[in-house]
Amino acid sequence: MAAKTLYDKLWDAHLVHQQEDGSCLIYIDRHLLHEVTSPQAFEGLRIAGRKPWRIDTNLATPDHNVPTTTQERSVGVNGIADPVSKIQVMTLGENCDHFGITEFKMQDARQGIVHVVGPEQGATLPGMTVVCGDSHTATHGALGALAHGIGTSEVEHVLATQCLIQKKSKNMLVKVDGVLGKGVTAKDVVLAIIGEIGTAGGTGYAIEFAGQVFADMSMEGRMTVCNMAIEAGARVGMVAVDKTTIDYVKGRPYAPQGEQWDMAVAAWQDLHSDADAVFDQVVVMDGSKIAPQVTWGTSPEMVLPVSAQVPNPATEQDQVKASSIERALAYMGLQAEQAITDIQLDRVFIGSCTNSRIEDLRAAAEVVAGHKVATTIKQALVVPGSGLVKQQAEAEGLDKIFEAAGLEWREPGCSMCLAMNADKLGTGEHCASTSNRNFEGRQGFGGRTHLVSPAMAAAAAIAGHFVDVRDFG
Amino acid sequence: MQAFTQLTGIVAPLDRANVDTDMIIPKQFLKSIKRSGFGPNLFDELRYLDEGQPDADNSQRPLNPDFILNQEPYTKASILLARENFGCGSSREHAPWALLDFGIRCVIAPSFADIFYNNCFKNGILPITLSEQQVDELFKEATSNKGFNLTVDLEAGCIKGAQLGDINFSVDNFRRHCLLNGLDDIGLTLEQSDFIKQYEAKRKAQAPWLFAE
Ligand code: SF4
Repeated sequence: MAAKTLYDKLWDAHLVHQQEDGSCLIYIDRHLLHEVTSPQAFEGLRIAGRKPWRIDTNLATPDHNVPTTTQERSVGVNGIADPVSKIQVMTLGENCDHFGITEFKMQDARQGIVHVVGPEQGATLPGMTVVCGDSHTATHGALGALAHGIGTSEVEHVLATQCLIQKKSKNMLVKVDGVLGKGVTAKDVVLAIIGEIGTAGGTGYAIEFAGQVFADMSMEGRMTVCNMAIEAGARVGMVAVDKTTIDYVKGRPYAPQGEQWDMAVAAWQDLHSDADAVFDQVVVMDGSKIAPQVTWGTSPEMVLPVSAQVPNPATEQDQVKASSIERALAYMGLQAEQAITDIQLDRVFIGSCTNSRIEDLRAAAEVVAGHKVATTIKQALVVPGSGLVKQQAEAEGLDKIFEAAGLEWREPGCSMCLAMNADKLGTGEHCASTSNRNFEGRQGFGGRTHLVSPAMAAAAAIAGHFVDVRDFG
Repeated sequence: MQAFTQLTGIVAPLDRANVDTDMIIPKQFLKSIKRSGFGPNLFDELRYLDEGQPDADNSQRPLNPDFILNQEPYTKASILLARENFGCGSSREHAPWALLDFGIRCVIAPSFADIFYNNCFKNGILPITLSEQQVDELFKEATSNKGFNLTVDLEAGCIKGAQLGDINFSVDNFRRHCLLNGLDDIGLTLEQSDFIKQYEAKRKAQAPWLFAE
C-alpha cells in the first residue's frame, strides 16, 4: 500500500462516497457551533423542514458576543447591553433547545471560546473530523484531528447530513527542528512560519507541523500553532498523535473510557504520516533561530523579530508589495525603519483562541509578577479562554498576580480578539495582542494590532512598548 | 440559490492584495441573524468615513469619495476585479452575502482564500481565478476605461470583452453544475443517505467511541 500522510489517513477514514465528478462526501464526527455563524443555518433547516441528522455530534457555546465583566455576566443573557448581540446569543439558546443540542450557556462553567472548549472537554479527539462555522477550527488539528472552518451554508449542510462535500487539499509539511530558545513560544514559531510562507502560502494545502519543536511542544502550544494555520492560508493544520496527545485527552469528560479508551488509543497509534509519505510541499525551518516575533502591519505575514526595524517600502522591488507596505505603515501610524521596540502601546490584550489556555496565562503571569503595568497603558486585559481555564488560573492564584500588576481579570469569551462585544480599541490605538489577526479595524475601528506571544504581551504591558522578553526582568 | 449562467456587467477594479473578510464586512454587522441586508455595509470601513453601526441610516453617512464602489458607474458594478488572496481571514459567509446584496455576482482575482472561495459557490457568486498577468491586464483596461464591461459565460468557461481576447477559466465540475442549475447541495447529499448510513454502520463497529448514545 502506498505510504500515506496523516492527512491522507484522516481523509480516507472519513470518505463516505466519491462521485464520478471527483467530489467527495466526507463524514463529520464533531460539529461545534457558536452564535455568530449558526442562526441562518438553523433558519435554513427549519424553512426546508429538515432535522439534524445526528444530535449528539453537535456541541454549542456562545463566545463572540458575550460580555467579559463579572458584573454583566452575573445576570446571564440579560447582562448583554447591546440588544443585537443579545438577540444573537438568545437565538443560539433557542435553536439548541429546540433541536436538543447540548449548549454550554453563558453561566455554565464550561462555557468559553469554542476552540478552547472542544479539546478541554475531550469533545475533540484524535482521528476525528471536526468542523465549526469559524476559520480557527484548525486549532483542533493539534490533537491529530482533521479540523477546519466552514461557512454558514456548510453549517446547515452538516446539521442536515452529517457530511460535507469536499475536495481534497494538497499535503504540506512544515518541519521545524532544533530546540526553541528561552522565552520563545509556540506563538513565535507560528508567526515565524507565516512570515516565511506568507498568508497565502498554505492556500489549497493541509499543513502538518512536524519536527523536534512540535514533538517537544505541549498540547496548548500545538493548539496555538494549528490555530494560526488559517493565517497562512491553510484551512487545516495538524500535529501527529503521540504520548503528549493521549495524556492530554485521557480522563476528559467526552473522552472514551474503559474498554473503549483502550480501543481508541490502539487506533490512534496510526495517526501519523508514514515515514516515506510524500508531501506536495515541504518547508524546513530551524527552531533554534526563531526569536520572539511582533507583527508591525495589517496582515499576519507582516511580522519580524522584536529586535528588527519595520520595513521601508522604498527598498521593495515588487510594486504590489511596496504599496501594501506603504498602506500598512500609514494605517499603523509607523515610520519606515522605525525600531519595533520604539512602538508605544495603548492597550494590551491577553486572550483569544490562540492564547487563552492555562499555559498562556501562566507565561504571562510569570512575566508580570512583581511589576506594574506602565502608566501610559490605558488598559491591559486578561481574558481566559473558558470558565474552566478561569477556575484553574484562580486556583493557581494567577488572577491575583494579574490584578496586583494592574491587569484586568475578565470572564471568558472572544473579547477584544474581534471586538464584537464592548472590549475594543479606540481609533489610532496600538495594542499588543495575543490574538491571531491584525487586519485593519479587527480590534476596533481604526485600531492598530500587533500580534505577539503572551509573554511578549505581558512584558510590553509593563514596559509600555515592545521589549524582548528574553532581556526582561 | 440563484443560478449563474451568463453575466454581463461593469467591472470594478479594487487594487489591493489580501482583501480580508473583516474588510469585506466588519464584525459589528455579523450580529444580524438574517442573510440579507448586508449590501450597504459591504467594505464599510473603506466606503464610509465614519464608523458603521448595525442600526445606522447608511444614506446619512459620509462617503469616502476615493473608494471605487462609491464612484459612478461602479455603484452598479456586478464584477469585482481584485488582487491575490482575496477573501482571506474568517469563514463568515456574511462576506459573500454582502457582495451579493450589493450586486456583485462574480469576483476575478489571481487567487482566493479557500473558505471564501467555497462560500461564494453556495451563494450563487462565481469566483474566477486567472493568472497574475491576466489580472494585471484586466486592471489596466478597467482603470483606463471607466465603463469597462465583461461578459462571463460559465457554461462556456469563458470571459469575453477584454482586449486580450477571450479568456478561458475553469471551475470544478460539481461546483459548476450546482451553480449553473442553482442547486441546493443539501438536497443532493440527502439523495445519498444510503451511503451515509452504510458508512455510519461500518464506522460504529470500528470506532464505537464516536457514537455516544
Ligand atoms: S477568539 Fe477570536 S479568532 Fe478565536 S473564535 Fe473568537 S473571535 Fe474567532
